[in-house]
Amino acid sequence: MAQGLGRPFRAFAAMGRKYGVEWWILMFGAAVIAVIVFMAMFPHTLAPFDPFSQEAGPQLANPGGPHLMGTDNLRRDVWSRIVFGSRTILGVSVLAAVISSLVGIFFGLLSGYAGGLVDRGLSLVMDAVYVFPGLILAIALAAMFGPGVINITFAVAVIYIPTYFRLVRGQTLAIKQELYVEAARAIGAGSPTILMKYIFPNVIATTVVVFTLNVADAIMIEAALTYLGLGLPPSVVDWGMDLAMGKKYLASGQWWLITFPGLMISTLALGFTMLGEGLAEILNPRLLER
Amino acid sequence: MKNLLRYIIARTLMTIPMVFILLTIIFVVLRLMPGDPVSAMLGGHAPEKVIEQKREELGLNKPITAQYVDYLWQVSHLDLGDSMVLQQKVTVAIREKLPATIELTTFGMIITLFLGVLLGAYAADKRRQAQDSAIRLYGIVIYCIPVYWMGLMLQLLFGIWLDWLPIAGRTGPRIFASDFEYTGFYLFDTLRVHDFEAFRDVLVHLVLPSLTLGLSLSGIFVRLTRANMLDVLKADYILAASARGISHATIVYRHALKNAFIPILTMMGLQVALLMAGAILTETTFSWPGMGRLLLERIYLRDYPTIQGVIIVFALIVAFISLLVDIIYAVVDPRIRY
Repeated sequence: MAQGLGRPFRAFAAMGRKYGVEWWILMFGAAVIAVIVFMAMFPHTLAPFDPFSQEAGPQLANPGGPHLMGTDNLRRDVWSRIVFGSRTILGVSVLAAVISSLVGIFFGLLSGYAGGLVDRGLSLVMDAVYVFPGLILAIALAAMFGPGVINITFAVAVIYIPTYFRLVRGQTLAIKQELYVEAARAIGAGSPTILMKYIFPNVIATTVVVFTLNVADAIMIEAALTYLGLGLPPSVVDWGMDLAMGKKYLASGQWWLITFPGLMISTLALGFTMLGEGLAEILNPRLLER
Repeated sequence: MKNLLRYIIARTLMTIPMVFILLTIIFVVLRLMPGDPVSAMLGGHAPEKVIEQKREELGLNKPITAQYVDYLWQVSHLDLGDSMVLQQKVTVAIREKLPATIELTTFGMIITLFLGVLLGAYAADKRRQAQDSAIRLYGIVIYCIPVYWMGLMLQLLFGIWLDWLPIAGRTGPRIFASDFEYTGFYLFDTLRVHDFEAFRDVLVHLVLPSLTLGLSLSGIFVRLTRANMLDVLKADYILAASARGISHATIVYRHALKNAFIPILTMMGLQVALLMAGAILTETTFSWPGMGRLLLERIYLRDYPTIQGVIIVFALIVAFISLLVDIIYAVVDPRIRY
């Protein structure tokens, strides 16, 4: 039994020796994400109260006792709201990153492969969106769409499309010139085959790192939108919304209402950033360091 | 010199399509997305006739292409229309709020550059040592702290617990902006009328918001500076300098940093977007009466012309600064002129 556990552990430690600090950064990030994903998947095992219950305890109770992180002005348990709130922020930010990566990769492949006018036009539009402040675009979209989980997801997703587009387009341009692509064309492979079988698999590897860092950023944008009062109806539990609510009690000294939701947003973003940083160093040591 | 002038003109012309596309994107987002501004503003129960009248007034009953042409025509004349809620031209509202945002972002940027560039250069100098790891960790962690939460925590620490600094607004309760307001840049305005008490008050109010913004963006600059410094420190001329016996500190902080600064400058153009986003969030946290507050207040009021106007101004600022950065780049580095 001890041997059974020992082997994976030794392999683990060997990886640590091989890659150094980067391996531990990656593992730290993965561990943070794992804990919060667990929170989101099994909230009932961790939350002692219903997140909406206005009878969880006294009003604005200090952290401690039955209320790990205190209670808010509506007598709701802050810790329970944190646990349930993880579902919203994780769901929105990961889904937004999935949507923008799919759209961005598709147009990036198309633009890089087709070239010509299609490429010119797409690049112009994507570059314009890229330089424009993402948050402002997301604010405008969220304001137009109105509150809703799906709406905020789209508002966040739109602003990251150019990131994937630029990355994939650049790589497609380079890979297009490779000998094996020429060889594929010589044996009569059509454009869809070349794109899917020869170019796409080579492009996808680098987008993994970008995807992870993108989720980290999306987490902060999602919380920013809800902090500003945009994007979600009050019937949803959300860290950014709780932060905005707690802001009203800052002057009277109820520090726990802003400290814990904000700490969670930062920790989750940090988890994804560290995962991304670690992956980047291990997959391609020269990507970040140069 | 002639080359430089040609480059500047060519680069300026290049911003035209970019601005045009940005304006089009704004139009698409604000006019083509679901949701009718007029019924949203008047509420769902307004009589059909009133809604029709308002739509006519705003030109919203015209075909979308005509609206688009009108919109571009207006913007090209720097006319952003009238507010739908207040009897006020949008340009007047923006003129009133823009200085507050510029003051905040300028000081934020100064703090960011100072912190980020110095820490980044130091980390590169101490590569792979404990200081380097500590600074890199600082960069990552600070990047992951959302600017609005950092603002709240600084408010809690310096405003409530230590009670050192004010946490809201541009002036205290006993200072009246109407006494000195001239350009809207309060630091300048107070000095203009030699009101040093007000100047001190304005400065004190600026500390926490600009520190929040500056700290928050410094993480990115630590990383940029460090990466560029590492490249530069590998260059032959650095080796040559040390062979000549120039002191290590002079090499790193004079020779290397100067050369590393050029790419940092270009990156700054891209960071302007982050600076704007950071400003909007910081303004909300600190009740700072700038463009971000204006945008959000008008979003709650559904004042479409003002929302549109504010976003257009942000787009123009971004386009202008990226133009400016490229021109400075060309002036500083003669290798750039094509």
